[in-house]
Amino acid sequence: MGIIILLIIVSVSIAGGFLAAFLWSVNDGQFDDDISPAQRILFEKQPENK
Amino acid sequence: MSASLKHATLCYHCGNECSDLHIHQEEKIFCCEGCKTVYEILNKNGLCDYYAFNESPGQTQKINIRKDKYAFLDKEDVQAQFIQFSNGKMAQVTFYLPQMHCSSCLWLLENIHRINQGILSSTVNFTKKEAFLVFNQQETSLREVVESLASIGYEPHISLHNLGERNTKALDRTRWYKIGVAGFAFSNIMIMSLPEYFSGSGGLEHNVAMAFQVFIVLLSVPVIFYSAQEFFVTAWKGLRNRYLNIDAPVALALVITYGRSLYEVFSGTGSGYFDSMSGIVFFMLVGRWLQDRTYQAISFDRDFKSFFPIAVNVVKEGQVQPVRVDELRPDDIIQVHAHEIIPVDAILSKGKAEIDYSFVSGESLPITAQPGEMVYAGGKQLGGMLELIVVKGVSQSYLTNLWNKDVFKRKKAAATPVIDTISTYFTYVVFVIGAIAGTYWYLQGETQLMWNAITTILIVACPCALLLSANFTNGNILRILSMNKFYLRSPEMIEALSKIKHIVFDKTGTLTQNRKLRIVYSGQVLDADTKRVLASVLQQSNHPASKAIFDYLSIANCIPVEHFKVTEGQGIEGWVNEQHIKVGSPEFTGTKRISAEGSQVVVLMDGRYTGHFAVSNTYRFGVFHLINKLKSQFGLSVISGDNDAELATLKGALGDESKVLFNQSPEEKLHFIQALQGHQDGGVMMIGDGLNDAGALRQSDAGIAVTDSNNTFTPSSDGIIDASRLSYLDKFLEFAADGKKIIMFSFVISIIYNVIGLYFAVQGILSPMIAAILMPCSSISIILITYGMSEVMARKRGLHPEADKDFKTQNNSAWASSSY
Repeated sequence: MGIIILLIIVSVSIAGGFLAAFLWSVNDGQFDDDISPAQRILFEKQPENK
Repeated sequence: MSASLKHATLCYHCGNECSDLHIHQEEKIFCCEGCKTVYEILNKNGLCDYYAFNESPGQTQKINIRKDKYAFLDKEDVQAQFIQFSNGKMAQVTFYLPQMHCSSCLWLLENIHRINQGILSSTVNFTKKEAFLVFNQQETSLREVVESLASIGYEPHISLHNLGERNTKALDRTRWYKIGVAGFAFSNIMIMSLPEYFSGSGGLEHNVAMAFQVFIVLLSVPVIFYSAQEFFVTAWKGLRNRYLNIDAPVALALVITYGRSLYEVFSGTGSGYFDSMSGIVFFMLVGRWLQDRTYQAISFDRDFKSFFPIAVNVVKEGQVQPVRVDELRPDDIIQVHAHEIIPVDAILSKGKAEIDYSFVSGESLPITAQPGEMVYAGGKQLGGMLELIVVKGVSQSYLTNLWNKDVFKRKKAAATPVIDTISTYFTYVVFVIGAIAGTYWYLQGETQLMWNAITTILIVACPCALLLSANFTNGNILRILSMNKFYLRSPEMIEALSKIKHIVFDKTGTLTQNRKLRIVYSGQVLDADTKRVLASVLQQSNHPASKAIFDYLSIANCIPVEHFKVTEGQGIEGWVNEQHIKVGSPEFTGTKRISAEGSQVVVLMDGRYTGHFAVSNTYRFGVFHLINKLKSQFGLSVISGDNDAELATLKGALGDESKVLFNQSPEEKLHFIQALQGHQDGGVMMIGDGLNDAGALRQSDAGIAVTDSNNTFTPSSDGIIDASRLSYLDKFLEFAADGKKIIMFSFVISIIYNVIGLYFAVQGILSPMIAAILMPCSSISIILITYGMSEVMARKRGLHPEADKDFKTQNNSAWASSSY
């Protein structure tokens, strides 16, 4: 049954990794503005005509 | 209105209807020079994709921006108020750009470096309507950056408000963290609890069970001490003020659940209720988040400072230089240009003053002043440039004093939310049940069972389902209302709206459109030549009515007028092509008043009556229909700072019992609301738009500000409604009442869950497994019921965006333009 404990440790740490990723993204401001990024991806990059 | 819309030419830039005087350029049509100029700038810089994403994405540019309007940004002490970071080479600045409304705006603003090479980068936060700009201080200056933005129609909102305290409201992200942590702990605790529930009679192997319990206890620590913090904090705050809010029983249940669970684990008597507890915390946090999502781009707390300019030109020893408004001293000579706000009380020394006080006093027509007369802060100059001698500094002006009066500052006493009241009773009832069950088991001699029963009853007593139902319902209602351009300051306002019994309207700018006069002509038919002759005379006059009629005639090339004469406040006369034209009031022209509606302008040609123009306020679209619908359910009043020209119209619409008051000062408006609140049940709602309504808005139970577009100033209020949606007011009020019903209904459901829980609890047999089944069932069903019911109600009231197919297009045009 020892393997179950090992599996639990692995699964909790994977979940912990996702939690860390979530906290990081919040801290990075990803949830501050939920409109512009969705629009921005649709714009084509134009060559700079200088 | 509708007739002209059919074959109207729309401006390529702003989408507004063009008059006959529109401009053609490269097969494109523009309504004014301003719009054309913006197009040319974009065209020159290869930014015409702007027009590809959305049709007519621009804002009307009819009002030109003065060349040295932003000269004050060259002053270092002003710059320091804006620049967030600078190392001498590079500077960072954030501007609020209220004109932002579509993806084209976003694209253009992020490509602004093509217009001003000195701008290194530009990042838009659409939610906040802000642009974060980094620019090279050696290549460009703050002033040039602002001018670049203004040149393409995105004039940053710069006001006196920017002086003094810095607007660095950091975004609160803690709720996200808390939800993340609680969700993580909840799901993992649940996974580790399941083996215990399903292990049957044999139980888990001792080692494994121990390991699981250690993990569960560890995972529960951040939930109770971090995520659930806010419940304890608000509960404690409430108790200290001797007030039992809904967070108090929630906090009590959390503490008891946690304590009992820890006891069970350490005494080896059970596995505790950690899974249910963390689940409840998670769901409640999500509910709170939904409810408290605020509108970041909208400010409900603006005061006169955001209305005033930050700097003004001062003439000193023949030189003009910008000076900060808060540094103005009496006897300074200031210049105020067209369409600018007069920041201080002053004496007019030079220029033709034609001042629009509609925002400050509610008067709908501009007031003219001669040199030597006083002009007051808050007025907007419509004519040319003025020179004024400052009488009082900005802090002593009439408007500032008015604003600083105590009544205007008073905080609104928040009504006790209905869920707090219910939860109080709820808590008492549960305490009684707990006491009875406890006594019963004690008398039976079952001490162990007694403790079991009492603690589990208190656990079940957690009114979390009630809290959830309120949070999710309010959150969804706020969301639906905001899609209909009605923004409420806080969820408590929904309840306030549902209690409204009397509605008080302001007239100018609320029921009517500001600065827009309706002209109706009756009399002999005017041919083109007569129109031209008439327009030529009217053009000479500054009177608002003359101007409105002149616009109505829409004649471009006028003829010179001879012997032009003005009789102040009466009318005008002059000779055109050997014809004597006399235009003015019935008294002036010596004719009879024809009808009671609005004011009349009579035209005499060579002494003969030709016809007359009826000049009246333009009421907003759908206003009379709205009043008709509201009349049966609510008491209605109109209270205006303007003269009583519209008395007959309004009385007719509102009915004879209603009160229609004119010439009311801001204080009188406030006292009127107070008096209404004094002698009737139910709430009083005030709907206004100007600074003169600010006191009444604050005094009322629900003060709603009306705005023509989201970038104009609104006084501090409990909610903001877009003028195009004012006619939906009856639906909004009904929907708010629906919200209350939904909360009550889901409360009944949650009571049923609680009774089931109590059934087990009083017997002392509420096992963690039953709790673990009941908790998610109740939470999720409550969420589904509240969400589903509010959607259904929105559809029924016709407030759902999908029910309204033209919603999207209506939306854009409503934001972009204020004209119909």
